[in-house]
Amino acid sequence: MNKNPDIDLTPAREAVESRGRRRSSLIPILQDIQKIYGYVPRPAAEMVAEELSIFPAEVYGTLTFYAQFRLEPRGRHIIKVCQGTACHVMGGKDILDYLSGRLGITTGGTTSDGLFSLERVACLGCCGIAPVVVVDEKFFGHVTVQKIESIIESYRQGASGE
Amino acid sequence: MNKVLVCAGTSGISAGALEVADAFAREIENRSLKGWSLVRTGDRGLFRDVLVDIVTENSGRVSYQYIREQDVAEIVQSHLIEGKPVEKLLAGEDYRDFFSGQKRVVLENCGEIDPENLGEYTARGGYRALEKSLRQPPEDIIETVKSSGLKGRGGAGFPAGVKWEFARSAGGDEKYIICNADEGDPGAFMDRSILEGDPHSVLEGMTIAGYAAGASRGYIYCRAEYPLAIEKLEKAIKDARGEKFLGEDILGSGFSFDITVKEGAGAFVCGEETALIASVEGGRGMPVSRPPFPAQEGLRGKPTVINNAETLACVRHVIARGPGWFSSIGVEGSRGTKVFALAGKVRNTGLVEVPMGTTLRELVFGPGGGMEERNSPIKGVQIGGPSGGCLPESLLDTPIDYSSITATGAIMGSGGMVVMDTRTCMVDVARFFLEFTVAESCGKCVPCRIGLKRMLEVLTDITEGRGRMEHLEFLERISSTVKSSALCGLGNTAPNPVATTLKYFRQEYVTHIKEKKCPSGVCLKLIEFVVVDEKCKKCGKCYGVCPAGAVSWEKGGYASIDREKCIKCRACINACPFSAIE
Repeated sequence: MNKNPDIDLTPAREAVESRGRRRSSLIPILQDIQKIYGYVPRPAAEMVAEELSIFPAEVYGTLTFYAQFRLEPRGRHIIKVCQGTACHVMGGKDILDYLSGRLGITTGGTTSDGLFSLERVACLGCCGIAPVVVVDEKFFGHVTVQKIESIIESYRQGASGE
Repeated sequence: MNKVLVCAGTSGISAGALEVADAFAREIENRSLKGWSLVRTGDRGLFRDVLVDIVTENSGRVSYQYIREQDVAEIVQSHLIEGKPVEKLLAGEDYRDFFSGQKRVVLENCGEIDPENLGEYTARGGYRALEKSLRQPPEDIIETVKSSGLKGRGGAGFPAGVKWEFARSAGGDEKYIICNADEGDPGAFMDRSILEGDPHSVLEGMTIAGYAAGASRGYIYCRAEYPLAIEKLEKAIKDARGEKFLGEDILGSGFSFDITVKEGAGAFVCGEETALIASVEGGRGMPVSRPPFPAQEGLRGKPTVINNAETLACVRHVIARGPGWFSSIGVEGSRGTKVFALAGKVRNTGLVEVPMGTTLRELVFGPGGGMEERNSPIKGVQIGGPSGGCLPESLLDTPIDYSSITATGAIMGSGGMVVMDTRTCMVDVARFFLEFTVAESCGKCVPCRIGLKRMLEVLTDITEGRGRMEHLEFLERISSTVKSSALCGLGNTAPNPVATTLKYFRQEYVTHIKEKKCPSGVCLKLIEFVVVDEKCKKCGKCYGVCPAGAVSWEKGGYASIDREKCIKCRACINACPFSAIE
């Protein structure tokens, strides 16, 4: 976790307020915080520990246990590659490996230009159009290496056109 | 009233269902068509991109598949206005086989009603089971559910009524019902479809369970990756409260029960009861040893019933149609129907609901429509996801019931089912599931944390050409140790994919080890891509698609692949019209 002193904690405090200062609210509070900042910044996590009267280590323990939480900011576009059973059988692993090589980042990483983050998901439940890749909220089915190329390119162009 | 039904669950939406529905809405409005209503339903279960059904009072129902936004105007003009269905867009024989081979009980409303419309649910008998339940003593409800033979659909198959009875007879005045919708099993998505397509059926089941067990609060623990399901649930809960099906003094009976949705945060192990409770309490989702069982001491130390979403969706049918009706479906020890998520190399993929006791073969070649490539032989079926096993062709006549499936070394699990052909490598499949369970192991107990990791290392060695024959015996030994000594269900079942592939597909392991070959051409370290000159027609398609510049080709010449540059992405294999690359 990076120390990040410039963060405005006001919305995070509001999340604590609305969910209530209970231990059982910890996960919903952290989910709210991630929705606000796109990740869980360290000062916010420390604030939550103090407000809930629990150790920061407990907050950290919860944060690192669940796949959903991120401790670093993510790229502008999140590429999720489904690694469910059907996608695996249809070549999902090849797609993930190819993307990882193509973008030069490992799973969970972000490109140095901050444009893409690469993630794997267990199953998106669209097994009929396997293998599946989701960029932000948009689904791409029956993905091949060529399709990946044009998908990446379209987002690159979208970024440079702005 | 005539209806246009557009399947707009997560699967439909991923294929563009919302755009199609909007196009229908525009067309109906622009042409001021009277007597037509547009219904955005949940997914019907079959993957055919966007499915649209036109239901008319006079001529019944017509189904369309693969509908795109640009097809809508034609359907509206020809079918809705002139009464002539658009032949070329109609769903075909596969579609009829898919549905006629099923018995839809739990999925009865999915793809039929607007999940956000409580009135449509009640019009089809919704909440009548709740009304009926509230007129009986809770003990009678428990008796009814017990005698129906309803067992948990989440994997372990524990009788639902017995769980309720435990919680009821446990002391204390505060009790909880938790609906387990943390469907983390890769390849299973029936809970999601039920929650998206028919959320009230789960709420009704939970409320009946609450009444029977003596609970006043319920939680639905739903996967965070299911935002649409959560949205539909929140809406359904609000509407049910408004009509007094939920909240204080339900239907004037004096019984009060309310439901809150808890969003999971992405951990497969939270499907395990005690881990789920730890997660609802706000901590790391790590299991604890049982007993005490949650029905005795669960959430916040209070008696807690945890039922899977599909199990709860069965409850209203058990009550409304009677335990005798329910137990008349299925076989001894496994009553009712089960929903399977059918995927892999079959023609029809999607959610299939069949009576328990149906054989694997009937399922794959009935609703499944047989193999994707007609003449390709079926190699096996993976059932039960990371906790289940791979069964060979010779066991396809196994009836799908709890005891028959367990006898093979697999488990029923939550109902993931993947059909495999000769292009699927069984060693790779075993490795795939183990990679998943290793990543998802919570790390609390040694057998699971270290045992699975060691198994994965050995399997990786085998798939990368470093396998030794003694590895096989090692895998068998460690499988049985982990199975018998791990703390929770995750570890107890995680070796199943390895143990079953070793049992039924041992020869594949041997080929990987002795010949350093992957017969299915999947394990990348063991294969090399070459162009077979005799088959090559010099078309250059492979040259065009290679992203690594590894294919050399000139007009009129054979293509060839540079081993050093090749990244084994299979683009050339997929592009070659003559299967000349091996």
